[in-house]
Amino acid sequence: MLNISGDYIYQSIIQAPIYHLLLEGILFMWVIWLLKRKKINPTEEQPLSAKEQQQIIDHFEPKPLIYNGDSRDEGVEGDESSEIDWGTIDGPAGKYIEIDGTKYLNLATHNYLGFVEEPSILDETERCIRQYGVGSCGPRGFYGTVDVHLELEEAIAKFLNLEETALYAYSFAAISSAIPSYAKRGDVIFADEHVNFAIQRGLIASRSEIRYFKHNDVEDLTRLLNLQRKADLQNPVKAKAIRRFCVVEGIYSKTGLICPLKEISELCLEFKVRLFVDESISFGAIGQTGRGITEYLNVPRENIDFISGSLEQGLGAFGGFIVGSSYVVDHQRISGLGYCFSASLPPMLAGAGIQALKLIESNPQLIQELQNNCEYMDRKLRSLSVFTISGHPLSPVKHMSLKKSFGSRKTDKLLLKEIAFHVRENAKIAVVMPAYLEKEEKTLLPPSIRIAVNRLLKDNEMDDVVTALKEAANVVLSKPDLPDYDEPKSQN
Amino acid sequence: MSITSPRVQGYTQLYASFESFYTRHVYRRVRDGWNIPICSVPGAHLTLVERVSPDHNWSFQYSGKTIKCINLGSYNYLGFAENHGPCAEDSIRTIRTQGVCVGSTRGELGNAIYHDQLDRLVARFVGHEDAITCGMGFATNALNLPCILNKNCLVISDEKNHASIILGLRTSGATIRVFKHNNMQSLEKRLRDGVINGQPRTHLPWDKIFIVVEGVYSMEGSIVRLPEIIELKKKYRAYIYLDEAHSIGAVGPRGRGVCDYWNANPHDVDILMGTFTKSFGAAGGYIAGSREFIKILKSRSHAESYGGSMSAPVAEQIISSMTIIMGEDGTSEGVRRIRQLSRNSRYFRQKLKQLGFIVYGNDDSPVVPVALYMPSKIAFIVREMIKRGIALVGVGFPATPLVEGRIRFCMSASHSKEMLDHVLDEFSELGDSIMARTSTLPRQKGEVVYENV
Repeated sequence: MLNISGDYIYQSIIQAPIYHLLLEGILFMWVIWLLKRKKINPTEEQPLSAKEQQQIIDHFEPKPLIYNGDSRDEGVEGDESSEIDWGTIDGPAGKYIEIDGTKYLNLATHNYLGFVEEPSILDETERCIRQYGVGSCGPRGFYGTVDVHLELEEAIAKFLNLEETALYAYSFAAISSAIPSYAKRGDVIFADEHVNFAIQRGLIASRSEIRYFKHNDVEDLTRLLNLQRKADLQNPVKAKAIRRFCVVEGIYSKTGLICPLKEISELCLEFKVRLFVDESISFGAIGQTGRGITEYLNVPRENIDFISGSLEQGLGAFGGFIVGSSYVVDHQRISGLGYCFSASLPPMLAGAGIQALKLIESNPQLIQELQNNCEYMDRKLRSLSVFTISGHPLSPVKHMSLKKSFGSRKTDKLLLKEIAFHVRENAKIAVVMPAYLEKEEKTLLPPSIRIAVNRLLKDNEMDDVVTALKEAANVVLSKPDLPDYDEPKSQN
Repeated sequence: MSITSPRVQGYTQLYASFESFYTRHVYRRVRDGWNIPICSVPGAHLTLVERVSPDHNWSFQYSGKTIKCINLGSYNYLGFAENHGPCAEDSIRTIRTQGVCVGSTRGELGNAIYHDQLDRLVARFVGHEDAITCGMGFATNALNLPCILNKNCLVISDEKNHASIILGLRTSGATIRVFKHNNMQSLEKRLRDGVINGQPRTHLPWDKIFIVVEGVYSMEGSIVRLPEIIELKKKYRAYIYLDEAHSIGAVGPRGRGVCDYWNANPHDVDILMGTFTKSFGAAGGYIAGSREFIKILKSRSHAESYGGSMSAPVAEQIISSMTIIMGEDGTSEGVRRIRQLSRNSRYFRQKLKQLGFIVYGNDDSPVVPVALYMPSKIAFIVREMIKRGIALVGVGFPATPLVEGRIRFCMSASHSKEMLDHVLDEFSELGDSIMARTSTLPRQKGEVVYENV
């Protein structure tokens, strides 16, 4: 085959038709031209010489390690630093709280059922230290699972009549690890606009698309769900792959209002959306026997995929939990980051949690006492004309903001801070303003003073609180020179 | 473990089927070696609660028996996991004087005197100006890293960093570049690239460049090359974030971590972070840095404004154990524990190497991983050793690559030489039967003497 003689080539050129030769000739010339022309490649740079590289390295001036003003979003309203120094406490923060040497009536810290000084819980904590020591010295997978953890998980699940619980060492970590373990990039999450910060961090970590609906507005949620359904119908292949979730809270820590869970759970059933409820405040605080918002609104718990709760607020212990069906919760044990890669809850704090649950179960009148106090406080607070009270009558968390703003957010905050300190100094009652990272929150509500009601307050003490607030407001708000917001009074 | 979903019709599947393939078919078969419940203090000895499975590990039941084992699985480096002794007594006393639950965050009247006391003590311990503490070690990384970084920052992080660091970095919005584990050439290349080329597309210089490393890596047992990193940091004007979760208290002649170990100046490391779970027998974490840095971090930290403050008995345990380690309680107990841990680690490692096992990591680190590679071998070793009264930790996917499974020994100052010898005998016998003694490195001739290590 390779013995093609020159004669053969010569003959084939002679005998080929002219158009054929012309075409081949043109193609041949074109190929030569393509190969020979200079490549114009605008993105290719000349590599830098070693001297140029050293120059750049020498000129590199990093910004300081940290400084006021290097936060992410310059456009978000609010203070960079909204820290107020409320003082340092000493001793248990029970009915009374000791701040910098003086005792005050405590309406600042979350002690709804009054368990902070409950003797049986303290006894149980001591007993657990004598058996298990303080730390658990390992994550759940590596000998950090102590039998009290399993007991507490079972107790919570039995309390709510659900299948399984996953216990976390920190209540912030519970909900913020749970959401990203189910929702991934490409999924859709519908969340209330005023969800708490831990949920917001969980939503960011999930990388899903978040659609916020107006606070407690079922119509707005319906509208968003319908929009999603329309988009799904237009693209059924994509719709089959994305998961849909809805995240709400039982009692919102930012507003104190109760979520319309019955309507929302029915909507979720209809639109095939999985529902997560965060009951950090409502667990142990509302419902006939303290079983939370599902008991209060009579919503079947099987319709909720998981309920997350906190042991740090009403129950006098520490940690958080996720409770639901085995199918959903078991996944946490291998994919919840705060569960797998963290040391487990110290056994003594789990023991405290077990004792707290036992107390709630055997003494439902504790819940009733708390609810009576919440309702009484609500009635009395609403008589104050200068404040707007935000919060359901049964919610132990109540927010009081100024009915009429005095110019700017900064001024309102300073005024409320003065009112809070006035109440403290004159009536010996401790209240706080909630600490928000204003540049990081999704939504900002008007500045407020937060009252945390507990079971131990007597009626006359609550009357004192209301009187003190009224008086403080009178004194502070009628001052002729209100703080100028160019020179803030808060300093270190 | 459940196999059926209560609601299927019309819902998108909650778990992707291929994701759960490994869980259902590989992990499930061997999962009796993990999540074993205990019912005693996790000290030198451990009491396991025995479980049996009638259906190949889909579900477990308790047989009612308990097994007492030598504990080589818990993070108890200095042996402070005790239910008696000065630390436990201090914690119990604190229950009555300070309560158990504060019920608030540090920014909302949850800041107690023992929190401030702990902050100052930690700063003194690690050798920096100031510190803040948090109620959970994992949360210390995940909630504070987003406050230090923004989207104009470059982070160069070691490839074997812990999940909490990775979560904190991902949610911060910074650009993350990974360098090969403990490899200084790889790190320098990334640093040069970062400084010279700047941000992608615009080529604007980065606001800050961070190097994020750990002191002791818990899966590799390696100690970070701190002096070289400090040199690189000074050359390229970067900042160092050092996570000393496993090295604080456990490494260094005074137990002050890797800075102590390498005799480096702690002020050269911009941000020191650590946890109290491992060497102090408590829970929680800290970040230490310059006074200016801590002041601004306090006003921005998610944990300060939204995370519950540390429980009093836990804080007291840390204060108590830290005082002992520093020798300020008037005894030499701290020094004794540090020396014992160091001796145990070196002795155990040298003995294992002499037996022919493939051991990773630095000779001085208290974490001793032995490579076994196959998940089945790991499961076998863990099960058999429990039968012989020794509790070990086996590590597999996803903590390590799929075919690089290992057994990890956690040394403790509460282990005696006799315990270690017993463990070595049993392990060597089992290791023979699964052909794990296959190291091709030269084996040390002559006896390894405990006192001379």
